[in-house]
Amino acid sequence: MVETPEQGLVKKHTVRAFDEELAHLTRRIMETGALVEQQVALAIRALVERDEAAAATVIGQDDLVDELEEAIDQEAIRILATRQPVAIDLRMVAMALKISNDLERTSDYAVNIAKRARRLAEQPQLKPFVTIPRMAEICQQMVKEVLDAYVERNPDKAMAAWHRDNEVDQLYTSLFRELLTYILEDPRTTGTCIDLMFIAKNLERIGDHATNIAEKVHYIVHGDLINRMRKAKA
Amino acid sequence: MAEMLVIDTHQRIAKARRRDLLFAGLGLVVLFLATAVLLTLILDLVVTGAPHIDWDFLTNYPSRRASRAGILPAWVGTSLVMLVTAALAIPIGIAAGLYLEEYAPRSWVTDVIEINITNLAGVPSIIYGLLALGVFVYLFRLGETILVAGMVLALLVLPVIIVATREALRSIPQEVREAAFALGADKWQTVSMYLLPAARPGILTGIIAALARAIGETAPLITIGALTFIAFLPPSPITSEPPFLSFDWLWSPFTVLPIQMFNWTSRPQAAFHELAAAAGVVLLVMTLAMNGLAIYIRYRTRRLMR
Amino acid sequence: MMFGANALAETTPPAADTGTAQATEVPRKATVEELSFWYGHKQVLFAISMPIAEGCVTALIGPSGCGKSTFLRCFNRMHDLYPGNRYGGRIILEPEGIDIISSRTDPMVPRLRIGMVFQKPNPFPKSIYENVAAGLRIRGVRSRAVLDGQVEKSLRRAALWEEVKDRLHASAYTLSGGQQQRLCIARALAPEPELLLLDEPTSALDPIATAHIEELIDELSARYTILVVTHNMQQAARISRFTAFFHLGRVIEFGPTEQVFTRPRESMTQDYITGRFG
Repeated sequence: MVETPEQGLVKKHTVRAFDEELAHLTRRIMETGALVEQQVALAIRALVERDEAAAATVIGQDDLVDELEEAIDQEAIRILATRQPVAIDLRMVAMALKISNDLERTSDYAVNIAKRARRLAEQPQLKPFVTIPRMAEICQQMVKEVLDAYVERNPDKAMAAWHRDNEVDQLYTSLFRELLTYILEDPRTTGTCIDLMFIAKNLERIGDHATNIAEKVHYIVHGDLINRMRKAKA
Repeated sequence: MAEMLVIDTHQRIAKARRRDLLFAGLGLVVLFLATAVLLTLILDLVVTGAPHIDWDFLTNYPSRRASRAGILPAWVGTSLVMLVTAALAIPIGIAAGLYLEEYAPRSWVTDVIEINITNLAGVPSIIYGLLALGVFVYLFRLGETILVAGMVLALLVLPVIIVATREALRSIPQEVREAAFALGADKWQTVSMYLLPAARPGILTGIIAALARAIGETAPLITIGALTFIAFLPPSPITSEPPFLSFDWLWSPFTVLPIQMFNWTSRPQAAFHELAAAAGVVLLVMTLAMNGLAIYIRYRTRRLMR
Repeated sequence: MMFGANALAETTPPAADTGTAQATEVPRKATVEELSFWYGHKQVLFAISMPIAEGCVTALIGPSGCGKSTFLRCFNRMHDLYPGNRYGGRIILEPEGIDIISSRTDPMVPRLRIGMVFQKPNPFPKSIYENVAAGLRIRGVRSRAVLDGQVEKSLRRAALWEEVKDRLHASAYTLSGGQQQRLCIARALAPEPELLLLDEPTSALDPIATAHIEELIDELSARYTILVVTHNMQQAARISRFTAFFHLGRVIEFGPTEQVFTRPRESMTQDYITGRFG
């Protein structure tokens, strides 16, 4: 039973059902987030440990995540129609719609990683996995932290996770170059390298989606958009 | 448990029905009795008096001979006195009611005035007659004239018109005043353009009641010296030479129908009693005609506002 | 709470080519400065300061008894009708800068320039024509041609002309509630006021009539300055460009409606508009 964030942080609505609906929406996102986190972890395990069962699990959960995302969307729209929320409630519901989308995309990337991992398991391993697990670890932490920040309505935590995306991007760039050198050395490894590049790219995209969620958390709490910061980063 | 409740409801309904029937029945009986009494009186009057009403009756002067007696000076006197009464009581009454309701600031002074006005309506009319005798007839030297008669009757019915005006104005919802002021109307515009027209039906009802009371008053008029036997008419208001309007009739002695009736009923001859009845019928007709006019005016102004 | 010179500043979204947001200053029709009000000994408005933007709808929201209707009625000195009321502070009406509530100002001055529509439709017990012409007759207009013209113009502006043009001399009471309210709006418009005060104009109407009136307010806001008191927050959000949130006789927050309803500055404002009040 997840604790509702409204208690203690924000006053309750006069109409209690409204509070319950918002809490339920938050819980749904939490559950979906937990599932997606797990998918990412399993996908990386499928790659690094050549775990066929892990890959199969991740791929099998794809439909489930789609259903969860649809359920979140429907619930959010229903709240918009029946409660006409304003201010913080509106921001929360509107961002729930966007966050569910980010989660679903993250799940898709995890599934893609699992599929490629399964393919790679049939090939000899090219080199010890160093960078990719490192990227994955950061991404997993980012996803976990932004989801925690979402539940706690803690924009500082979200922003701390947001900044780690730099690291992920740098790791990706260096891995990309490294794999290029492998390809140039031995063109027979091209297929494998490309798969690895795509996997790394997927992880980098997962990092981006985590930063999206972080920005949404900031918006829910503070009500202003932080596109400027994004531009500064670029 | 539920069964007991159902029975109770039926009993209650039956009881309520019986009670309603009882009250309706009682009301009907009372209504019937009152109507019967009223109808009897009127019928008796009309049956006794109507046969005597003819052109001669209406145009003759009173006479010691019943066959030649008429009510000309009486109904002319009543008409002229009512004219003066209306001319005095209506504007003064409406203005006073208007002032007290819309202009006067709420204070203990206005409260005292309000109480006294309602009390005045209950003062016996003969007191008014004494007042008029002392002040108008003797102090102001106005004489025993139609003017004084009109003045005393106006005093008598003034409270009725004032109260009716105030009630009519009070019944206008505050929203009308607020709307008028919000549009930029000043006090007088609000009163003249919106309040008085809306209060008109109520005011007219008050005027009807007032005049109907005045037309039948006898005691104050006798007190101020109305004649009981009169062989002449007051001078005509309309003259044959410019300015075609004369006010001499105001200073003329006079009589009125109720006094004429009183005079005839105090005679021993039965024929005069019948003549009195006839005069009564004429008085009734005059009252009804006056009421009818006022009701018609009220109806017309109401239709304009629907 | 004093509001600075940029209280009426709005930020328009960044243009595609310049990429920067513009801040525009809306001109003022009136300025409320430290307005206070007492019913007898009881103070109900406490030093309110607020700008009134010209050519816009400003909504006044707040819980029951917060003073928004009292505030509205200060503008046309309606409180003068009842004994024992007292004003404090100033309401400056542009462009001359007259203080509406000064005892030196005749109450008729603001009333002749400001129109009001009440919560419950209150047409006069007269014909439709006479209701709309009322304001003009009060101002001494007698010419039939001028009256006819203004009556038609006002009824058209109030979106009522088509429905009543064939029965202008029928009693106003033959109209439905929504039509009567539109008639009251036409009546307020006929004398060409500079400022319109609407006191909960749709609270007595059904949803369809309410929608008509909201559409009407929207159209009117192009040429009139309008102040609307409403206890319906969604309505305030729909029709107004600026919103003031009242509580216990004070303005807690004032700003562009878009900001007040998506990112209110005060937590009390947020609590009220999201239904966390009380």
